[in-house]
Amino acid sequence: MTTLTLSHLSAGYGNRIILRNMSLTVKAGEVIALVGPNGAGKSTLIRVVSGVVSARGGEARIDGLDLLRMNPAQRAKLIAVVPQLIHLPEAFTVSEIVLMGRTPHLPFWAAESKHDCEMAWAAMRRTQTESLADRRADELSGGEQQRVMIARALAQEPRALLLDEPTSHLDLKYQIGVLELARSLAQEHGLAVLMTMHDLNQAGVYADRVALMKGGEIVAQGTARNVFTAEQLSKVYGVRVAVSEHPAHGTPLIAPIANGHHS
Amino acid sequence: MARTTALQTSTAPDLLPDRWRIIGIFGACVASLFAAVVLAVAIGAVSVPPLAVIELTLSRLLSLPRPALYPETFDTILFEIRLPRVAITALIGAALAASGSTYQGLFRNPLADPYLVGVASGAGLGATLALGLNLHHTALGLNATPIGAFLGAVITVAVVVISAQVGRTTPVSTMLLAGVAIGSFTTAVTTFLMLLSPDGLRRAFTWLLGGYNGGGWQPFWIVLPYLIVGLIILQFNARALNVLQLDEEQARQLGINVERLKLTVVAAATLITAAAVAFGGLVGFVGLVVPHVLRMIAGPDYRRLIPLSAIGGAAFLVIADLVARTIIAPTELPVGVVTALAGAPFFILLLRRLKRSVF
Repeated sequence: MTTLTLSHLSAGYGNRIILRNMSLTVKAGEVIALVGPNGAGKSTLIRVVSGVVSARGGEARIDGLDLLRMNPAQRAKLIAVVPQLIHLPEAFTVSEIVLMGRTPHLPFWAAESKHDCEMAWAAMRRTQTESLADRRADELSGGEQQRVMIARALAQEPRALLLDEPTSHLDLKYQIGVLELARSLAQEHGLAVLMTMHDLNQAGVYADRVALMKGGEIVAQGTARNVFTAEQLSKVYGVRVAVSEHPAHGTPLIAPIANGHHS
Repeated sequence: MARTTALQTSTAPDLLPDRWRIIGIFGACVASLFAAVVLAVAIGAVSVPPLAVIELTLSRLLSLPRPALYPETFDTILFEIRLPRVAITALIGAALAASGSTYQGLFRNPLADPYLVGVASGAGLGATLALGLNLHHTALGLNATPIGAFLGAVITVAVVVISAQVGRTTPVSTMLLAGVAIGSFTTAVTTFLMLLSPDGLRRAFTWLLGGYNGGGWQPFWIVLPYLIVGLIILQFNARALNVLQLDEEQARQLGINVERLKLTVVAAATLITAAAVAFGGLVGFVGLVVPHVLRMIAGPDYRRLIPLSAIGGAAFLVIADLVARTIIAPTELPVGVVTALAGAPFFILLLRRLKRSVF
């Protein structure tokens, strides 16, 4: 059973500490949403775990394997990242981009084999991007690009999937599509899914647990119902909020209260 | 039942590009290189029929009896004058276009060319120093200028890469800026040296414009190993260059050792460019235009683009050199003038017909 475990993780750029003593566990089949104000360290956490930024202290392990001390290719077989700001090289086709997900499995001299094509194709079917296979990246809509990136991540055959704000820049329909895909990938493929989000209401609906971050630290973690209290959120975001209940799911529904608004 | 079987046997379609199309493109490139070489060897003050070129060359290569049909003077013209020149010209074109396409990929910038990180200014300084100090009167002899150019190029790129290091990384943007700064500095020193030695000035200037500098078969055999080794290294890094097009962070998250990739690729491209520039001078435009034209035809995959650029660059420069030595014969134009005069309008035309980015 896959488990992604972060314990007492710290990181920073130069003299600036961005992550402080962070501990978090994501199990196979679980979706954890990482929420918090801009600059809380959510994206940095993903970059540390994926080896882009080096950690100052603490540990990140997946099934006991030390993620912070392994070579990039080994790490990329265990963890796949769907990045926040999508930049796809314009002239490459969708199948070329999804096949890039096979990179950690290929020795430097090798070309993609039939098996690699099969894995890429399976990933494209899973994300419903197979009809886009021959399309160029610059012909894709935002929602299509996001799904192609998820397909590329799946082609890595990872044990954990990290998504950095997967719903930003998407319209409501695509937001729901991507979040439901993340959920079903966790459940059906046994992936440990960790995603950063800004939309607290959606985090409440789609994540099994949420972790609320501020200033590089986890302020609270647990079920959305326990973490998303008006008091807690007001403290972390510095705005007044009202918390009610989602009419369909019963999860917390958060509405900010405007200053000096009279109705 | 039939439905289940259909599902089970539904395997992945071939996601890889059409093999026959790729073979076709490579075939066309090789054919144009062959045609360019035969044409360039055939045309000149004394014309040698293309058939004679092929027959005489084949019989010599295969150690067959020489076709008696053709005059002996053809042998001298072919094997001692034209073929050595065409051969080194082809290598120079291949080196410049291959490293040009590599730098466009590494810097993810369509404007990148082989001279971007200091090869040109460094070679210029090295050659000017060798000419100005009259090093050809020393034991180095006629090799003084190429050696000076080669060392100047390699040292300058090394200085650029070292000064661009930030901690344990070498950001490409910093490399670009360091390349511009050190390039201007080196060029200024070169200009200063040229003015100190009015005699060296003309020779250095002519050298900088690029073109064949004589030397029989020797330059060819010196440059060939650099080109072969460099192209092999680039080819093995080409798939990683594709992944790098996503961006450095994603490439890292896909398991690429990005810092090692950058240094390896710059080293390989610098060695082949420096070797080419040492004998060919600073021929412009080949390294910029040829990769873009081939990108339009063959797509953005560097595993195809780098070798295609090598073949296409060779063909292009052989033709340009043919024009350079025949258009106002017996006077020869520097080949760099021809590549720019012919290449630029052609490239603009292509750009205008292009409806979307090929990069």
